[in-house]
Amino acid sequence: MSHLASQLINLFAAVILMLAFAMLSQRRILSLIHLFTLQGVTLVAATAVVGYVTDQPHLYLSAGLTFVLKVVLIPMLLHRIIQRLDVRWDVEALINVPTTMLIGIVLVIFAFNLARPISQLSSSIAGGTLGIALACVLLSFMMMIIRSKAVPQVIGFLSMENGLFFAATSATYGMPMVVELGIALDVLVGILILGVFMFQIREQFDSLDIRHLEKLKDS
Amino acid sequence: MEALAFVLAFPLAGSLALAFVGHRDVARDVNVAFSGATFAAACALTVRVVSSGPLLAASEEFFIDPLNVFLVALTAFVGLTTSIFSRPYMRVEQDHGTMTPARMRLYHSMYQLFSFAMLVALTTNNMGILWVAMEAATLATVLLVSVYRTAASLEAAWKYFILCGVGIALALFGTVLLYMAAEKVFGAEGGALLWTHLDQAKTRLDPNIITLAFAFLFIGYGTKVGLVPLHNWLPDAHAEGPTPVSAVLSGLLLNVAMYALLRCKVLTDGALRNALAGQLLMGFGLVSVVVAAFFLSRQKDVKRMFAYSSIEHMGLIAFAFGLGGPVANFAGLLHMTVHSLTKSAIFFAVGHATQKAGTQVMSEIRGLIKVSPTVGWGMMLGSLAILGMPPFGVFASEFLILTTAMREQPWATPFLLLALGVAFASVFGRVLPMVFGETSVKPLAHAPALLPVFVHLALGLMLGLYVPPYLIGWYTQAARMLGG
Repeated sequence: MSHLASQLINLFAAVILMLAFAMLSQRRILSLIHLFTLQGVTLVAATAVVGYVTDQPHLYLSAGLTFVLKVVLIPMLLHRIIQRLDVRWDVEALINVPTTMLIGIVLVIFAFNLARPISQLSSSIAGGTLGIALACVLLSFMMMIIRSKAVPQVIGFLSMENGLFFAATSATYGMPMVVELGIALDVLVGILILGVFMFQIREQFDSLDIRHLEKLKDS
Repeated sequence: MEALAFVLAFPLAGSLALAFVGHRDVARDVNVAFSGATFAAACALTVRVVSSGPLLAASEEFFIDPLNVFLVALTAFVGLTTSIFSRPYMRVEQDHGTMTPARMRLYHSMYQLFSFAMLVALTTNNMGILWVAMEAATLATVLLVSVYRTAASLEAAWKYFILCGVGIALALFGTVLLYMAAEKVFGAEGGALLWTHLDQAKTRLDPNIITLAFAFLFIGYGTKVGLVPLHNWLPDAHAEGPTPVSAVLSGLLLNVAMYALLRCKVLTDGALRNALAGQLLMGFGLVSVVVAAFFLSRQKDVKRMFAYSSIEHMGLIAFAFGLGGPVANFAGLLHMTVHSLTKSAIFFAVGHATQKAGTQVMSEIRGLIKVSPTVGWGMMLGSLAILGMPPFGVFASEFLILTTAMREQPWATPFLLLALGVAFASVFGRVLPMVFGETSVKPLAHAPALLPVFVHLALGLMLGLYVPPYLIGWYTQAARMLGG
């Protein structure tokens, strides 16, 4: 049973990593949101499996919270934003796809090496996946750097949050409930503020290209 | 216990109340009243902690000791004086039409929410809640920075959000790793993130995990402190937001982030039994001091210039705590206090000056002393104080830091002296013509609030000449707690 479960968790972890790579190369914003939603679903499944195997009821709560936030609310908000702003066109990355992929692979190797001594110490059944979680964080970080439009940057930010949640599950069976609630609240408020910002940026610059936001420099 | 509840309840209630009445004219006074009540409660809490020692409350979720109680008092105090300053300042902005009633409501409500988030971050015993509160403070200030809705303020706020959001996300990863290390000692039930528990068991935490955890926590909270090279958001956010926000960002938020870093450093020192945390703080601190000093000389915008000065001083504080030991820790705490008081006083004076001149460009502000001698003198004295001229408190703490550095890390002193010299030349050279010379500024319709400026400068002066014995006892206790 626990062997099957740990196989399942590893599978989900692999899927989350694949999705992170897919997001890195995806140019259409709509598909990007779909990929993000899918990553949320996988995260919920992984959390629930860990909760079931280890009999930690609060992980179900955490999975439920992730579901409401990352699978329902935030994708809904993002869909509404791109509809209202009409920004479904392809997004331009600053680096081409093959180079991006190569850098991504280097990041994954780096993350695995960094996490290996730590994940051996983990008491969790999913301890081995800490490296994957760290890799997801770094890949999302990279996505935020190479994208020049506002919406993909925000999705990168959210995907980074996914990686962190997965790290919390794989390293320690999740954070204490009160902390997890606080984090969820912060993420929700943050995405609402960013949504409002996008409308204001659009109003000011007639575009959501972040390259307009490079006027403030040290003269 | 009751005092603590009031310290947190007043700003929260204020934020809710101002969300309803924040657009009325009376809101400016309501804002002052709530900040005043918070300050009174903070004083009561301070008296309580000074007289009967550290306090644990609400099933150990809150913890007050000499280290954070002095920051609570300072935060509540600067919160009060800034709200007094913001009364005439915001009135002028409203007359100019840059602030609509809806924006005033947002501004007032977020001001109180920001105070609340900072006070939670300072008083909580839970490292996870500390993270949540830091993120909440970031979100509140993002809204405050963008409140003018100009292109430049939106850009500053976006940059601030993304950079600090990423930084603080890395701090969350660090917190997860910290929890992982703690869980191996305490088991899975609650309490593994409580700082008091962690402090007791710090020698048993796994050094491998803690090293990686501290690296992430350092980058995360270091971004908020504004350490070079993670400082990019800071000058923009200071320059483009309303001046009261610049004052609380520099005077308070940077201190709170430094406090979070210090709590992590104490745990790391205990777990690793080596100087890694101190060396990181020292290295990044020194780089920040030097880089910020040279950037200072290139600024044209007065608020940007003083924002770089904040980076320089936070670097100096980081360097002091990195040195460790009772004297350097004492100096670091003293420097946090005097920097916070002096820098917010400068921003108050700068706020009035830029409103009078109608611009933030330094070369267009001339002869303040002719139109408004008090604003001119406030700016002159504030600049002298922040540059470390002798009778003021900054001199005392910088002197302590430099002499300790000469004894323990002599190689660093030339860099520090060079940076302080460059900073002096560039700031003094810019402020002098702004204050004296032919005038270009017009009088304002509303009398400026100068009480906060001079109260802050007087306190800064007092700390330079004479530190009251109870304050010394307080700093010494906190410095001992920081160890090193």
